[in-house]
Amino acid sequence: MDKEERNSNYNLYVESKIPKTRAWPSLFKAFLLGGFICALGQGFYDLYSYLFPNLAESELSTCMLMTIIFITCFLTGLGVYDVIGAWGGAGSVIPITGFSNSISSPAIEFKKEGIIYGICVKMFTIAGPVIVCGVVGSILCGIVGLFM
Amino acid sequence: MVGPLEGKGPLKDYFDYVIKDDTLKESSFEKSERKLLLDIITGAIQKSGLNISDIQFFFGGDLLNQIVSSSFTARELSLPFIGLYSACATMTESLALASIFVDNNLAENVVAGTCTHFSSAERQYRFPLELGNQRPPTAQWTITGGGASIISKRKSNIRINSVTFGKVVDFGISDINNMGAAMAPSACDSILTHIKNRNLKSEDYDMILTGDLGKLGSEILIDLMEHNGVVLGKNYSDCGCMIFDKTERVFMGGSGAGCSASVLNSYLLKKLKNGEFKRVLLVSTGALMSTTTSQQGDTIPGIAHAVELEYVPNFKKQNVDSVVFGVKNENVKNTKIKKNFKKSEKIAQKLKNNGKNSAILEKNLKNSNVSSKNSNTSSPSSKQKKTNLTMQTLDSANKSKRREK
Repeated sequence: MDKEERNSNYNLYVESKIPKTRAWPSLFKAFLLGGFICALGQGFYDLYSYLFPNLAESELSTCMLMTIIFITCFLTGLGVYDVIGAWGGAGSVIPITGFSNSISSPAIEFKKEGIIYGICVKMFTIAGPVIVCGVVGSILCGIVGLFM
Repeated sequence: MVGPLEGKGPLKDYFDYVIKDDTLKESSFEKSERKLLLDIITGAIQKSGLNISDIQFFFGGDLLNQIVSSSFTARELSLPFIGLYSACATMTESLALASIFVDNNLAENVVAGTCTHFSSAERQYRFPLELGNQRPPTAQWTITGGGASIISKRKSNIRINSVTFGKVVDFGISDINNMGAAMAPSACDSILTHIKNRNLKSEDYDMILTGDLGKLGSEILIDLMEHNGVVLGKNYSDCGCMIFDKTERVFMGGSGAGCSASVLNSYLLKKLKNGEFKRVLLVSTGALMSTTTSQQGDTIPGIAHAVELEYVPNFKKQNVDSVVFGVKNENVKNTKIKKNFKKSEKIAQKLKNNGKNSAILEKNLKNSNVSSKNSNTSSPSSKQKKTNLTMQTLDSANKSKRREK
């Protein structure tokens, strides 16, 4: 048996041995947590619209996002958010909380390497791809929009 | 010595010391790992009843880039340092090399040790600690902890009987979260080679212990061994599976160089010392990849080094074995060890001060001859002892045969 055949057989065998993550419980947890975070966001939005009736809609949503981002960073700093994320999975990743956590956690982690080489350089190691996607996407949209 | 989580596991009664605060009051986890290793090495030397000046070499390594924890520890110890890297198989690698050094009269007393820290390994290999991500079910948990052994010419009732250095085996696994599957073929290869060369069967061992294959890796190993006609029965276990409770969220079990080091130096040596185990095969397994190679899509090569440990029932003073462990104090209680650690810390501090101040260093060198004695006197003293020692030629012959093979 040649090496490649052996390796592919072994990979197939290992694949069959790997315990599968049960989809339904994970989906349910993600739905619960994601739903909770969104409901919380909506709650803050309604609260701000009640407290500051003069604010425009976009300003209200900015205030709401700032609050949610602050809470996530705070919980990340306290060491609670990783527990929540491990429980809820994508439910904590999809809302803006996931993005906030992915920036604040390396910032905390690499603080020891100094402000410039630690925090500034390493801060976007995880969130970097999202930002690149956003920038590239907006460029493409801009080009398409130009010719429409 | 292990961290708080490992200290709650099934082996909690065997560990010499469980740290309560895994930062060890240091400003970074890399520093904590260093301090942990220094405490382990000095603690082991103290426990054996030797002084640092009695040790000729320090064999060690760890998982951090450029094995910084070991080399920085060696700086504090000011011992001749032989830095090794076989990922999580570093413990058996250093043990095997150290035993060869002692066996061939290159040294009298040698310390071999390694350790890992969950947080520093996580930082280097995976994601920031506070990132709220989920791990796949095949992931393993790098343990905080480690161990060190003194390999000495002095008599003891545990000896290293034979060693097998493993080949690097790669069966094409590239999933960084499935190290058990990547390392199992190398463990299989090393165990088969070892028992074949020793003309033994797997049943002849009271325990065959792999380093950190985890639950999945162990199952794969059992299947692979069966495929090769060797049945691993109840006498087989894995350090990674033993160290954690099933209730803890550690997925497939513990991993890391410290995993086999801490299980060897606590559970295994105590069982051997009692005579509960007569013959044990420890096969630490390592995955020799880096984050760069994994990101570039390379597969994960595995390595496994095997060390066979034997209980010596009635050892005599005159008949010095080829390689023996110099663990002297039996049933050392925690309080005593704590005391020893305080002592060792003082020694470490002293050595640290020596390093900082060259004037003091010179003065101390004149007084105690710490470092110069270590590096220069190893050969003459061993020559002197050579005449006194009656070596067990059988073991040496066995070993040299194996090396030739």
